[in-house]
Amino acid sequence: MLAEIFFAYFAVVIVLTSILVIASRNPVHSVLWMLLLFFHIAGLYLMLDAEFLAAIQIIIYAGAILVLFLFVVLLLNLKEEIKGRPFSRIFVIALVLAIGMAVVISSTMKLLPPGPVGQYSMDMIRATKGGNSSIIGRVMYTEFLFPFEIASTILLVAIIGAIVLAKKRLRS
Amino acid sequence: MAEVNEVKELVVNMGPQHPATHGVLRLVLQLDGETVVKCTPHVGYLHRGIEKLGENMTYLSALPLTDRLDYIASMSNNVGYVVAVEKLFGIEAPERAKFIRTMVAEMSRISSHIIWLGTHALDIGAMTPFLYAFREREWILDLFEMLCGARLTVSYPRIGGVRNDVTQEFLDSLYRFAEEFPKRIEEYETLIDKNRIWLKRTKGIGIISKEEAINWGLTGATLRGSGVPYDVRKYAPYDAYDKVEFDIPIGENGDVYDRYRVRMAEMRQANRILKQCIEKLPEGPIMAPDAPKFTLPPKDRVLKDMESLIHHFVLITKGPMAAPEGEIYVATEVPKGELGFYFVSDGTGRPYRMRVRAPSFVHASVLPRLCEGGLVADVIANIGTIDIVLGECDR
Amino acid sequence: MSIFETIIQPDTFDVLIKIGIILLKIVIVVAAAMLHVMYATYFERKSIGHMQVRLGPMEVGPHGVLQPIADGVKLFFKEDIIPADADKPVFYIAPVISLVAALSSLSVIPFFKGFVIANINIGLLFILAMSSLGAYGIIISGWASNSKYSFLGGLRSSAQVISYEIAMGLSLVGVMMMAGSLNISDIVNAQAAYPLRVYAIPQMLGFFVFMVAGIAETNRAPFDLPEAESELVAGYFVEYSGIRFAMFYLSEYIGMIVISLIAVVCFLGGWSGPFDIPYVPFAWLLLKVYFFIFFYYWIRATLPRYRYDQLMSLGWKLLIPLALLNIVITGIAKLML
Repeated sequence: MLAEIFFAYFAVVIVLTSILVIASRNPVHSVLWMLLLFFHIAGLYLMLDAEFLAAIQIIIYAGAILVLFLFVVLLLNLKEEIKGRPFSRIFVIALVLAIGMAVVISSTMKLLPPGPVGQYSMDMIRATKGGNSSIIGRVMYTEFLFPFEIASTILLVAIIGAIVLAKKRLRS
Repeated sequence: MAEVNEVKELVVNMGPQHPATHGVLRLVLQLDGETVVKCTPHVGYLHRGIEKLGENMTYLSALPLTDRLDYIASMSNNVGYVVAVEKLFGIEAPERAKFIRTMVAEMSRISSHIIWLGTHALDIGAMTPFLYAFREREWILDLFEMLCGARLTVSYPRIGGVRNDVTQEFLDSLYRFAEEFPKRIEEYETLIDKNRIWLKRTKGIGIISKEEAINWGLTGATLRGSGVPYDVRKYAPYDAYDKVEFDIPIGENGDVYDRYRVRMAEMRQANRILKQCIEKLPEGPIMAPDAPKFTLPPKDRVLKDMESLIHHFVLITKGPMAAPEGEIYVATEVPKGELGFYFVSDGTGRPYRMRVRAPSFVHASVLPRLCEGGLVADVIANIGTIDIVLGECDR
Repeated sequence: MSIFETIIQPDTFDVLIKIGIILLKIVIVVAAAMLHVMYATYFERKSIGHMQVRLGPMEVGPHGVLQPIADGVKLFFKEDIIPADADKPVFYIAPVISLVAALSSLSVIPFFKGFVIANINIGLLFILAMSSLGAYGIIISGWASNSKYSFLGGLRSSAQVISYEIAMGLSLVGVMMMAGSLNISDIVNAQAAYPLRVYAIPQMLGFFVFMVAGIAETNRAPFDLPEAESELVAGYFVEYSGIRFAMFYLSEYIGMIVISLIAVVCFLGGWSGPFDIPYVPFAWLLLKVYFFIFFYYWIRATLPRYRYDQLMSLGWKLLIPLALLNIVITGIAKLML
C-alpha cells in the first residue's frame, strides 16, 4: 500500500515536471524543473532497491550534466528568449500525434514478451554484502567487460574531440 | 547564424563603491568571461577643488589643504608644500628643522607603505598582514600625536621650519620604533614573501617595461619597480636628504611582485634614514630667522606685543608679503611618487595659480595599460600595486 | 472502514515508533549542527582574532560568548530585500536548496557506534550527490539576483564546485577500495585493522587531495573566489539579506562541518581513538572535527587567495592526476597483499 502511494506520487510528479520542462518560457526554470524530475526518477530507482543507480542518477545527471546545461542557458540572452511565442503553430497536430502514440504504446505494452529472468533476484541482491553497488561492479567487470570498455573508449573519443575543437578556436 | 555567433561582452562597473578600489575609483570593465578586454578608469568622485581653494587662500593658510591630498601620508604632503613655498620665497629652513622634516617625512612614508602593504595583501586575499600592518601604523600615529597633537591631518611643518621642537621623549620613542621595525617587516615577509599563492598572484602580473614606465610618467616605487632608479630625494635633494645615507631599491621585471619588493625595501631604507636623523639631529633653532614674515607669532605674544599683533594681522589678511613674482615647480618624493607643487605668483600673498602634480592621478591613468588582457583578479592586484589614493588623484 | 483497516495493520505501531526514533535523531543532529555552526562562527572570529593580534568579539556577554545569538537574532529580524527584476521564486528557493543539501549530508554520517540517521549502503555516494546539489543553490542564486557581480560569482562557483567534486570523489575511491564498501559505518569499522586505527597513513595521497578539494568545495579561503570580497564584493549572495543570507551562511558552515566529518570518518577513524572515553562515545569524533575546523580557520588567516585560472589548473592538473595515481597505487597494493 505504502509503495503504491509513493509510486503514484513519483509518477505524477515526473509527468508534471516533464511537461513543465518543455512548457516553461524561461529556460532556467526548465532546467530547474528538470532537476526536480531527476530527483523523482532517482526516487523510483530507490523504490526498486537500486540505490547505486539512484545516487549515480543524481551525481551524474543532476550534478554534472544539468549544471552544464544551466551554464549554457545562463549565458543566453534570456530577455529575447522569453519574448518568443511559447508554442509553435503545429501545437495541435503535435498534441494529436502525442496522444495517438500514447494510445498505441499503452495498448501494445502488454503484448511485449517479458525479459529473461537472470540469477539476480531481489533477495539475492539484498543478501550480498555491499548491496547492488558491488553486484553492478562485479557484473560490469566480468560479464559486460567488453561493452563497458567500448563505452569508455567512446567517451574518451568525445573528450578528445572536445579538446581539439576548443584548441582550434583558441588558435584562430 | 550571425545572431548565434554574436558574443556579448559583460560590462562590469567596478566602483566607485567597491571594497578593493581604495577609495572612490570607478573602473568600467568590459569582460570576455574573466578576461578584461577594456578598462576605463573614471576619476573625480572625490574632487574638492583643492587647487582652486589654494588660490583663494594665503600661502600660510593653504597648508592644511595639503593634508587632505594624500590623507594616508599627510606629513609628506605638508613637507612637499613648505619646501615648494620656501623655494618660491627664497628662504632656507635651519638645519635642525630640515632634519626634523626629513624624519617625519620618512615616518609618514613608512606609515603609507604599511597601509599599502596591508590593503594590497588584503585585496589578494591575505587577511592577516593587514592587521599586523595596522598595529605598526598605529604606533607611528601615536608618535605623530606625541609630536604635534594630531594623528592624521598633522599640518606640522611650517614655511621656514616646523611648528614645534621635538622632545627627547619623542626621540627616544621613535628610536625604539626604529629598532623594532625591521623585525616587524620580517614578520610580514614570513607571511607572504615566499608564499606560493602570493608569488603566483604577483609574479608576471601587470608587467610594464622601463621605457613604457617612463613614457607613462610613472614615478616613485611604481617606476622603480621597473628598474629605473629615479628618486627625487637623490636627484634633487631637499631638506636633509643630502646628509643622510640611503639606497634606492629597484626591481627588475616591473611586475606586481617587484613593486612589492621595492616598497618593502623602501620601508627598510626609510627606517635607516629615521635612525640617521635621530643620531645626526643638530642643535639650533627650528624656524628660519625671517620666520615672523611667514609664520603666525605665538598667541601670548600677540596679546602683549604690538609688533607681533601687526605681523599676525598682516599674515591673516594679506598673507606673506615678500612673494616674488614668477613661477616655480618644486617636486618632492612622497610615498606614492613624485609630488610636485607648481605656483604662479603675482607678488601678492596668495598664489595666482596653484597646481598639484599628483602621482596618484598619473598612476591611475596607467591602469588600462596594466589591466587589459589580464583577468578580473589581476585588476585588483594592479590597483593595489600602483598605490593610488583618490584624495590625491582627484584633489 | 476499509481504508482504516489497510492503514492500521498489526505492525503499524512498530513502524510509527521507528519513524518517531528517526525524527528524534534528526532533531538531535540538526540541533547539534546548528549549535555547532553558531559557535563555529564565534570560534572562527576568536581564533582568527587572536592570530591577528586583536581580540575578536568582546561586547555581548563575557568575552562575547553571546555574540552568535545576537547575530542570529539580528539576521532573523532584518528586512528580506529582493532586488528589482530578480527572478523571485528562484531567488527565494536558492538558499533553501543550499541549506537542505548541506543538512541532508549529515543524515548518513555515523557520529558514534550505532548512531546514524540512515545507515545506507551508498553513504559516500549520497554525500557526493548532496554536495553536487548544493552547487545549484549557488549558481541559481547568482543568476536570480540579476546582478553582474553575483552572476560572475555564481559562474565561478559552479565551475569550481564541479571541478573539485571530481577530485574529491576520486580521492575517496581509495578509501572505498580499502574498505570494500560505500557504507560509512563499515568504512569506520574497517579502519580498526590499520595502524592508529586510521586510513590517513596508507591513504596519505588521497587524504591530501581530499583536504584540498574539500576546502575548495566549501568555498573557503584560499579558494573563496566565488565570494571574494575584494573582487566580486561578496559573490553570489551579494544581494541577499536577512534570513536568506543567514541560510547561505549556515549552509557554508554546515558544509565545512560535513567536509570535516567526512575527513574524520573516512581517513581518521571516525569515533574511535587511542583509548575509549567513557559515557561520551562521540568525544573523539568531535575532537577531530574541531581540529579540522580550526585547520580551516588557520588557513584562512595565513594564505592569500588563488586566482580563478590558477585554481582550475590546480584542480585539473594536480589534484585529479594525484587522485588517479592514488587509486592505481591502492589497487596494486590491494592485489599484492
